[in-house]
Amino acid sequence: MFQRDTLNSELSFFQKIKEMDYTLLICIILLSIISLLVMYSTDGGEILFHTKSHFSKLAVFFPMMIFIAFFNIRYWHTFAYLFYLLIILLLLYVSFFGLRSSGSQRWMDLYLFVLQPSELMKIAIILCLAKYYHRIKVENVNSLTSIILVLSIIIIPIIFVISQPDLGTSVLIAMSGLIVLWLGGVKVKYFVYSFITFLISLPFIISFLKPYQKLRILTFLDPDRDPLGAGYQIIQSKIAIGSGGLEGKGFLKGTQSYLDFLPEKHTDFIFTLFSEEFGFIGSVGLLVLYMIIIFRIIRIGTLSRSNFSKLFCFGFAFSIFIYIVVNLSMVLGLLPIVGSPLPIMSYGGSSMLATMIGFGIVLSAKINRKQSIA
Amino acid sequence: MIKENLGIRKSDIINRRMFIIGAAKIIIFTGIVARLFSLQINENKKYLTLSDKNRIREWKLPPTRGNIVDYFGNIIAGNLKVYQLHIIPEQVENFNYLLVRLKTLLNLSEKKIQKIINLKNKLKPWDSIIVSENLSWSQFLKVNNYLYDLVGVKPVMTISRNYPFNEMYTHVLGYVSQPNEEEILENKIVKERFVPGMKIGKLGLEKTLENQLIGTNAIQRYEVNAYGKRINQLEYQKGLQGSKIRLTVDTEVQKLSAQLLSNKAGSISVMDIYTGDILAMYSSPSYDPNLFLFGISQDDWQLIRNNPLKPLINKTLSGLYSPGSTIKPIVALSALENNIINPNFKVKCTGKTELYGQTFHCWKEKGHGFVSLKNAMKQSCDTYFYEIARLLGVDRLNVTAKKFGLGEKVLGEYFDTEKRGLFPNTNWKKNNLGRGWVLGETLITGIGQGYTQTTPLQLCLMTAQIANGGYKIKPKIIVNNDPLNLEDAKNSMELQSLQKPNTRLFNDSRNIKIIQEAMFSSTNEQFGTSYRSRIDDPKYQFAGKTGTSQVKRISKRERELDLKLEQIPYKDRDHALYIAYGPYKNPRYALSIIVEHGGSGSKAAAPMAKELFKLIIDRDELRDKQSNFENINI
Repeated sequence: MFQRDTLNSELSFFQKIKEMDYTLLICIILLSIISLLVMYSTDGGEILFHTKSHFSKLAVFFPMMIFIAFFNIRYWHTFAYLFYLLIILLLLYVSFFGLRSSGSQRWMDLYLFVLQPSELMKIAIILCLAKYYHRIKVENVNSLTSIILVLSIIIIPIIFVISQPDLGTSVLIAMSGLIVLWLGGVKVKYFVYSFITFLISLPFIISFLKPYQKLRILTFLDPDRDPLGAGYQIIQSKIAIGSGGLEGKGFLKGTQSYLDFLPEKHTDFIFTLFSEEFGFIGSVGLLVLYMIIIFRIIRIGTLSRSNFSKLFCFGFAFSIFIYIVVNLSMVLGLLPIVGSPLPIMSYGGSSMLATMIGFGIVLSAKINRKQSIA
Repeated sequence: MIKENLGIRKSDIINRRMFIIGAAKIIIFTGIVARLFSLQINENKKYLTLSDKNRIREWKLPPTRGNIVDYFGNIIAGNLKVYQLHIIPEQVENFNYLLVRLKTLLNLSEKKIQKIINLKNKLKPWDSIIVSENLSWSQFLKVNNYLYDLVGVKPVMTISRNYPFNEMYTHVLGYVSQPNEEEILENKIVKERFVPGMKIGKLGLEKTLENQLIGTNAIQRYEVNAYGKRINQLEYQKGLQGSKIRLTVDTEVQKLSAQLLSNKAGSISVMDIYTGDILAMYSSPSYDPNLFLFGISQDDWQLIRNNPLKPLINKTLSGLYSPGSTIKPIVALSALENNIINPNFKVKCTGKTELYGQTFHCWKEKGHGFVSLKNAMKQSCDTYFYEIARLLGVDRLNVTAKKFGLGEKVLGEYFDTEKRGLFPNTNWKKNNLGRGWVLGETLITGIGQGYTQTTPLQLCLMTAQIANGGYKIKPKIIVNNDPLNLEDAKNSMELQSLQKPNTRLFNDSRNIKIIQEAMFSSTNEQFGTSYRSRIDDPKYQFAGKTGTSQVKRISKRERELDLKLEQIPYKDRDHALYIAYGPYKNPRYALSIIVEHGGSGSKAAAPMAKELFKLIIDRDELRDKQSNFENINI
């Protein structure tokens, strides 16, 4: 008992610095630098709006991450439900008063930057469910009430996000939530059954999609059906990546990018530009960097004493993995185009904010790994 | 303890399930790497090509046409640097202000301004609008002076066709202008090399020699962005100028021809009787082909089109005339060749001949009395030729006329507007008019009236073939590699006649000689019809035959009135014709002259021959020297 008490007690500042996970930290710094260079390249080799803005976001969110890291993960456990509810409220706010842009309403103006609450929901849902599965007894995990409860936790934000409409983010939120369910011990057969049900109801779901979403699926199946219209993005993206070759065209020499053939090159298609300029070697290098980050987070999870930390780390690692996979599959033409940013690399404040919060919590979990949470 | 156990169990579940996911992650990542590998390594070439196709665009520039030069290497169709004014809309700060400035600077019309505005709305902002295709030097200077004030305006230098001798060669060269859609599709080479602003030959040699003259496009390779805007030039590939073409024409002779025919409608052709080289081929009046280069103005076009002297018709090749008395050498030759007459055959001319109640008049009302062949030719006695034509018959005459090139195209391969003319025979009339030949028609055919229609160039060729001793020659206007000095040309012509008997146009060379002598007397002996135009100096002395071709039938009343030329309405006046060759002692050149509605051949046409022979023979030596230079460098 004594031992536990000492473990539960707060670590000193220097102990915290000592316990900080430097592998993850260095990887994040590296990724930030790469993202700045790529952003510089999207600006055509000049320090223009996107580079400056991306830099200022990093300058705010990176210290914020460190700050979060020094906070005991216990507080995140304590306020997890509240955080979830807060984001739900923000989603509610956005659905009434949000900013509209290119046909969807998902942003709120915070004067300093425009926040997209659905991005934060990706973290909030993991926190919320991690707390839930941390607290619930193992034998109750598969009870009907529990299943209904966690499903509603997932479905409520998704309803908001789908109605924005934002299919990509809602799928990612669902995936992040479901993975915590999986980790929490929900029976495998439930997953199998719902997957089968999903497949069966797929045509039905498709009939509910908006015309532009259907078009994206059609375009994915055959990009050449409208090469200058719907298929343009994916065709140009494949050309950019494919023409990069082994070594790439060189930094700032991506012709597809600086001649404006790449659409959305700052955001969802940022990997395309990176891949064009740095080639196969660079792309695999970037993937390896992401892999190190993901497996380092998993490692931190396994090192952690508390299940909350474990669940959060594993859930967050998986969600980062899913973002990367969905984004890369999209730009490589393996999935239909769904709006999904590449963590840290893509331009966009909310996504970076959410990711940095996640990293902060993971770092905090590392620092407080020996602590158990009641 | 229980709680603790459960806790351990829970973390076991978490860790186990994490392990499954971790494995799945590695598999999925491997899949993505495999996809990257297939795109970037396996299909790299394909995508690299596609990316180049995206970013590199080629701009073809109009090719530079080959020069056309005369026999002495003077450029008669060349290329000139022209100054153009382009507007690049995206660089313009204030479009309306610019238009107002340009309007006052260049005196642009309201219509032109409207056209520019329309173009601006139609084109992409980086596509240049051509304000003026051909700025004068002073306009160019003016624009350059105010360039600081004309943001977005670009003075451009390009190359355009130019005809330095203006209307002198229009009927030989034709002109170039913007092609229409049909013309682009018609010619594969033009279709391939077409770019806006390119001009193609519309007429004459410019048209027929299009494929040789056209040249190849210069190519500019630009890197462009996704919107098609040029970012930077990657490469400039020079085009090849079209082939240079050297013609047989002599600009000095052509100039004199134009001068002689100024203010008249008519044609002059001059030909080398051995090589068939055409020294001059002028149809009057002509028009300035430079007017067509940038689109002819409505006013200029109406002026040309409505000119009663019909400048648009190439009279040398497409003008059909009754040969009149210029046919007489052929009629006489045919009669001699067919042994109908001998040179001493005489006919009594009383001024008219009666046949089946129809009267056929000689031009000399009182008659010539007894005339021999030579005298008949010399004084152009119609009665004599009525008689020998009657004896000869039109079919035999037709054979001789055909041999000498009447009724056949002369330069058809180069000029698609050339007419073949007509020399009738009995079959022709039956087949085409459905009626039998009438003897009276033979008589008038004998003096070059009736159905016979010839082009001036045919008459020139006919004369040349009489002059060279009766050998067939192939007239040409483009210099080729044939031997060109007099002896060589003569020998090659005679050699060819031995190899190909059909190039010998006579049975007995003495008959040709008789005709030549008769033509000589017509010009150089007293009472000859062109005696007044003779040159006594043997160096220039020439032999010829006048002709006066009736445009309308002369009524009895008019014959009695014996009107002066000025008293007859222009349209009803006779055409004046003259054919000649010289120098008589050692002939080299033949010519034909036609002055439409000029009156009599001896008064209107023959004096021109005198001027021409002086010049042609003076330049003979120069021409011989020039023949040695196959390729003149200009």
